[in-house]
Amino acid sequence: MKKTDVSNYDHYLKVVDCQQACPAHTPVPEYIRLIADKRYSDAYMLNWHSNVFPGVLGRVCDRPCEPACRRGRVEEEPVAICRLKRVTADFKDDITDRLPKAPEEGNGKRIALIGAGPASLTVARDLLPLGYHISLFDRDQRGGGMMRSQIPAFRLPETVLDEEIDYILNMGVESHFGSAITSMHKLLKENYDAIFVGTGAPKGRALNLPGYEAAKQQISIGIDWLANVSFGHNDKAPKRVVVLGGGNTAMDCCRTAKRLGAEDVKVIVRSSYAAMKASPWEKEDAKAEDIDIIVNHTPTEFVVEKGKLKGVMFDEVESFYDRGGNRVLKNTGKTLLAECDLVLVAIGQDTSFVWIERDIGLDFNDWDQPCLNETTLQSSIDKVFFGGDAAYGPENIITAVAHGHKAAISIDLFCQGKEPTQRPKSDFNLISQKMGMHEWSYTNIIDHDERNLVPHISWQEAVKKLATEVELGFDEQLALEEAGRCLNCDVHTIFTESTCIECSACEDICPTDCINFIGDIKDNITPPQQLLKGKLKVDKATDEQDYLISDNLNTGNIMVKDEDMCLHCGLCAERCPTGAWDMQKLTLSNIEATIK
Amino acid sequence: MSFAKSKFKHKSLPVNDLGLTYREYEGAISTLCAGCGHDSISAAIVHACHELSIAPHSIAKMSGIGCSSKAPNYFLRNAHGFNSVHGRMPSVTTGANLANKELTYLAMSGDGDSASIGLGQFAHVVRRQLNMVYMVANNGVYGLTKGQLAATSDKGVKNKIGDLSLFNDIDLCTMALQLGASFVARCFSGDKAQLVPIIKAAIAHQGFAFIDIISPCVTFNNHVGSTRSYDYVQEHVTTGAVTDFVPIREEITSAIPEGDFEDICLHDGSIMRFHKLDPDYDTSNRLKAMNDVEEHKQRGEILTGLLYLDPTARNYHELNDTSDMPLNQVKQDLLCPGERVLGTINDSFR
Repeated sequence: MKKTDVSNYDHYLKVVDCQQACPAHTPVPEYIRLIADKRYSDAYMLNWHSNVFPGVLGRVCDRPCEPACRRGRVEEEPVAICRLKRVTADFKDDITDRLPKAPEEGNGKRIALIGAGPASLTVARDLLPLGYHISLFDRDQRGGGMMRSQIPAFRLPETVLDEEIDYILNMGVESHFGSAITSMHKLLKENYDAIFVGTGAPKGRALNLPGYEAAKQQISIGIDWLANVSFGHNDKAPKRVVVLGGGNTAMDCCRTAKRLGAEDVKVIVRSSYAAMKASPWEKEDAKAEDIDIIVNHTPTEFVVEKGKLKGVMFDEVESFYDRGGNRVLKNTGKTLLAECDLVLVAIGQDTSFVWIERDIGLDFNDWDQPCLNETTLQSSIDKVFFGGDAAYGPENIITAVAHGHKAAISIDLFCQGKEPTQRPKSDFNLISQKMGMHEWSYTNIIDHDERNLVPHISWQEAVKKLATEVELGFDEQLALEEAGRCLNCDVHTIFTESTCIECSACEDICPTDCINFIGDIKDNITPPQQLLKGKLKVDKATDEQDYLISDNLNTGNIMVKDEDMCLHCGLCAERCPTGAWDMQKLTLSNIEATIK
Repeated sequence: MSFAKSKFKHKSLPVNDLGLTYREYEGAISTLCAGCGHDSISAAIVHACHELSIAPHSIAKMSGIGCSSKAPNYFLRNAHGFNSVHGRMPSVTTGANLANKELTYLAMSGDGDSASIGLGQFAHVVRRQLNMVYMVANNGVYGLTKGQLAATSDKGVKNKIGDLSLFNDIDLCTMALQLGASFVARCFSGDKAQLVPIIKAAIAHQGFAFIDIISPCVTFNNHVGSTRSYDYVQEHVTTGAVTDFVPIREEITSAIPEGDFEDICLHDGSIMRFHKLDPDYDTSNRLKAMNDVEEHKQRGEILTGLLYLDPTARNYHELNDTSDMPLNQVKQDLLCPGERVLGTINDSFR
């Protein structure tokens, strides 16, 4: 069989499930080990370098790392990675003197960033230390973009957000808040070497049902309403509120309404509970705050009585999937009138490029999205780059940060007169963790404890004030316990064919039966998954990981390791008499350049 | 320092008829040297017992002294066990077997325990045809006392510090054949595909089953010039037939390809299937088996696999008409039947 290619980092990065799943490839196991060592500031800085907003993301990240976590395959629940990130922010010391500084003398290049959300701020942070002059424009009075306007303070305290935005602004950004850019054409004529568009997806979708015109005073777009709350233009909600939609915005709307005085808050959504787009924990938190979530109902009409909104009329539906996998809705014939004084529409949001003229050479596709090079995020005007939600529609903060890194590399290459598609190389290093006969420089004993829950304040207390943070975060003891659950997937099992004597000690000791010694299969073409079916001690549990396949050994046999269930406990290396197995820690240099 | 193996296990591990995975058949984490062949034997025993769906508590692990005899601690944590005096395991097992023949006796011994201090005991337990599985983890040296040459070392080899083996070696398989064992096999610890079915067959066999297992000592006998090192054994091992074991009740879905095979039905109805690699292979001829072992040895090869099997041989219990009821279940009225029975016995001597 074909030996696994380990000449570059691809195989190794994939083994670190969380790091691979993170759009910014944050070195998760490394920062969790730093937490376990109580080196909170170091852990924070490691995070800051790759995801820029550890305090923010430690609270409101979409956490693609957690469903990916290996722990979810070997037991039930993943490590609480996101909440450990918050721990680094909560427990760190003053780190301002560890932040990079812009050089006193710039490189003479001027970059305009449009929108002051996570994508633009990441570009600013990456480019300022290189000597670029950064001009940042935003229509709002303060930076942060959707992190400020759409995420309520009870999930993300303003102080946390301000701190992390200020780290970047204080590096020397020339910021223009409260100044909306209205013409790309004009901007292009100004003296900028490159322009980055990070304007997000600021346009909430409206729902134009019968009765809308008469009732529109009492119907608001969810994200606009949240922004008004955030900027202090709105501090009251009527008694009865209906929220339409099942995403995270809907959850933020209903919980905010509750805090602004609403007593009867209902979220009414077309899908089933399981199919709702909101993160599971957001749904649970809303329910815990006594919010009614009514599923399988599609709105048909804004019911108006005496010129005023009476409520919203719904059809009850059944949803099922047809053969093609598409969701089909079928009316059950039942209807529901949800009486209310305010309707918040949170059924999606879109990008808005009314300010970009269509005759200046910037190409848009059929969905009115800019045509971009996926590797570089460069548009058809070579000095204009896009990132965040503006690039491909609504995603999440960590994706915006990843875009920011990618675009910053592109802009830097472009401004040096180089080709942005020629991406810089990132190197990798593997360092043995062996300290003695049976000693490793990481904790290789597997912790069998269950996931720790983050303490919350009581919901009765939580809903009293808008700015009261609901999640209290881990205290130190819980944080250390949770950190101990990490399996250290970045400490890799490295196999050296030439020293293996095929004693099968590793095969016997492996708790999860990952290691197999089998006769070689003379086939280099068929995918290993197919070839190895039925040939190993236990068939693959999932397809999330690949096999590590060795060269032929002395007897002609090969070693096949299933990376799926490996606990990285190092017992194979401890039982190996010849050091053919070693536990080596992966370090990626220039992580930003690994973002694809 | 790792002193425990994680409890986490592969989610798709097969369970046996008792609903157990093989992990429930494991023992404590081994304290033998990393890479010791004995650990592979332990693993093979774990898999064999799991695949046969034997309840761990119906097994007794018997051993003497030596690295080999430490090994029972590293498998079948829920089985009974007796770690006896050096070389005296056969006597203790005989006693245990007499007291309770319902248990499965798995004995682990070594080259010192069986071929030196316990040679007399070994010879007599073979003669007695005791119903047990007698495994010798044979590495040619006394590992526990830092690598002196054992009686099973080939004449003329040197141990790690350079001492020459001056005397003829004892071949325990040849001895077992000569003394009338009804099941004799030789295996290599590094070849589980062969070892596991043979252990399973040995357990199913009603009678004395002997398995000599070449088990390299990675610390004291794995050097160049050793005839028990991993490299040497892997290069010189040869087998007469690939073996598969099909337990009773199970449909024959042998891994062995159709065609040139031979089945032997064991006492309990299970089947041993052989795919012959050597057309001359024959397990029913004791004299030929002894001859084959010697012939291969002269050619510098190590002949492995099942060497001899007589499924019809009568074992110790049959020969002696022993009690079917384990002695711990014999109630007082049966054990002490009273004056009238005593009188009858006494009368018979008058």
